[in-house]
Amino acid sequence: MAARKGKKISNVSAEDLTAYYRDMLLIRRFEEKAGQLYGMGLIGGFCHLYIGQEAVVVGLEAAAEEGDKRVTSYRDHGHMLACGMDPKGVMAELTGREGGYSKGKGGSMHMFSKEKHFYGGHGIVGAQVPIGAGLAFADKYKENGRVTFTYFGDGASNQGQVYETFNMAALWSLPVVFVIENNQYAMGTAQKRSTSTPEIHTRGEAFGIPGEAVDGMDVLAVRAAGETAVAHCRAGKGPYILEVKTYRYRGHSMSDPAKYRTREEVQKMREERDAIEHVRQMLLDGKHASEDDLKAIDKDIKDIVNKAAEFAKESPEPALDELWSDIYADTAPQNA
Amino acid sequence: MPKCRRTSCASATRRGSDMARMTMVEAIRDAHDVAMGRDDKVVVFGEDVGYFGGVFRCTAGLQAKYGPSRCFDAPISESGIVGAAVGMAAYGLKPCVEIQFADYMYPAYDQIVSEAARLRYRSAGEFTCPIVIRMPTGGGIFGGQTHSQSPEALFTHVAGLKTVVPSNPQDAKGLLLAAIDDPDPVIFLEPKRLYNGPFDGHHDRPVESWKTSPLSEVEEGWCPIPLGRANVVREGGDLTVLAYGTMVHVALAAVAESGTDAEVIDLRTLIPLDVDAIVASVRRTGRCLIVHEATLTSGFGAELAALVQRNCFWHLEAPVLRVAGWDTPYPHAQEWHYFPGPARIVENIRAVMEA
Repeated sequence: MAARKGKKISNVSAEDLTAYYRDMLLIRRFEEKAGQLYGMGLIGGFCHLYIGQEAVVVGLEAAAEEGDKRVTSYRDHGHMLACGMDPKGVMAELTGREGGYSKGKGGSMHMFSKEKHFYGGHGIVGAQVPIGAGLAFADKYKENGRVTFTYFGDGASNQGQVYETFNMAALWSLPVVFVIENNQYAMGTAQKRSTSTPEIHTRGEAFGIPGEAVDGMDVLAVRAAGETAVAHCRAGKGPYILEVKTYRYRGHSMSDPAKYRTREEVQKMREERDAIEHVRQMLLDGKHASEDDLKAIDKDIKDIVNKAAEFAKESPEPALDELWSDIYADTAPQNA
Repeated sequence: MPKCRRTSCASATRRGSDMARMTMVEAIRDAHDVAMGRDDKVVVFGEDVGYFGGVFRCTAGLQAKYGPSRCFDAPISESGIVGAAVGMAAYGLKPCVEIQFADYMYPAYDQIVSEAARLRYRSAGEFTCPIVIRMPTGGGIFGGQTHSQSPEALFTHVAGLKTVVPSNPQDAKGLLLAAIDDPDPVIFLEPKRLYNGPFDGHHDRPVESWKTSPLSEVEEGWCPIPLGRANVVREGGDLTVLAYGTMVHVALAAVAESGTDAEVIDLRTLIPLDVDAIVASVRRTGRCLIVHEATLTSGFGAELAALVQRNCFWHLEAPVLRVAGWDTPYPHAQEWHYFPGPARIVENIRAVMEA
């Protein structure tokens, strides 16, 4: 990963930087709380935490405009919080409650928001990629100038449908930014064990899609790359690939035995490359915020997350009728 | 010939200048044309679909009429085609895509099952997926194991999908219009052996054309046939024969040859299924034979048989039997021994009648 030394922050306002700090911290504290609720048995099944990767989605959201779309994989809580979805609704979906974004019927991996142009939340690795191209097609068809951020991981980058999509997106010149969140592990398999080329961003070359690698632990670098990609798409030049090199601190999901990497490797990333700590230092060094200011933000975030957790505990389970609804628009399931 | 026809595009009172004679291919093309003319959110794409007009010509002329932004070619990427259609539908378009042969569907099955069928449920109704996926299905063309399969049960097994199988030009147009208009994902299986003429299973006789069949009289314009309504194509009291697609014609021929007074029901849509029509008929006849071209085991006929015994048990005079393809790959050689032709159906009609 590129060294950060000498990075200027002259192109960012104190206000923006503070907002990024806040957004990243919200994701981290939210995910920590989700981990706790999981441990308490309040969240069942699968739960993929975004801790460590916060700068990716916050940096890219900083490059987005109102109406731009986003679609992602199963590690989706961060994306939802970053695009402004209500932490209460997200947490209540994790606990499978009526107050969740999908009334508890989707769970951790399957949430949506028309209001925030968030198209899921998809549990099948790579399946959201052609959907992202389809969204971009619809934008182009409607000539609305919008861009779709299609997120997937280094693991998904080995799925065949990704390359079907690259071809179609380039062929039809679709306004889609393919964001490869390279956290270096496809579940328990290191990139070097699964992926023929270490530089995944070059995989668009065969399709004529420009790509670049980005330091995903630096929110400003991500934002800058996002702005380049979005400008490319909005100019009608077709898709763009960003390989954002990041790191997940926690396991793939909650039942990860963590045998595939050393404790020291994780510790080193946390200590030396943490994206939130990076912004915190920038705020303090630039005298954009005092320790007290940051403490106030921490407290505020803690409060939001606690309220979300309370809501997620108190919201009732969906009625049994929900089992049978939203399958067809106007038709009961065959054996209802 | 069938003794009667219920609900369809054609009706006695509307015959005349607003009817046109069409093959099934032409009827499908006309349905696209009508749907695209009516709603600019309808877009049509797939392999060879745009410039070339489709391998079976079902979309010929649409690109010239509506432009390449509304009818266009896709790369040979079934998963990508269906996945892109899901995204388009989630943001307000109504894609109608062609998978060149139903046998090519398998790479797209992930998108069909995990995405298209489930989007409504997992977003608690906030997002929907109104797409139509058309696929030529079935055998009788010497296509062998990768161009002859009937995979309908793979779709009826998936909650969230609707599955339609027309058996003639009138129904193909009306059902396709309803499918495109439907708010849910619809799998539209077109029996390719019926594209250019009816086929009663007598492969050694001259090929028939739709031009001489009353079923080729297709109403012009917007004439949807609601999904979920079966069609009694022959009334009778001896037994009920349930069929769909090509097998409707084969069953009618077999009934005539058997000398029985069978009722033949063309299911038309498998999901939603016209349970009332099936139950009413079997309760009256007391006997039921199910016919499909797909392999027997875990075929849609098993579902029909379960449904009949559950709803008609005390009316049944005989076990419910099924005639279907053998549990083998679809063969290239000896196709007519695999295909459940009239002779096999007659044999089973007798078995049901004599039990």
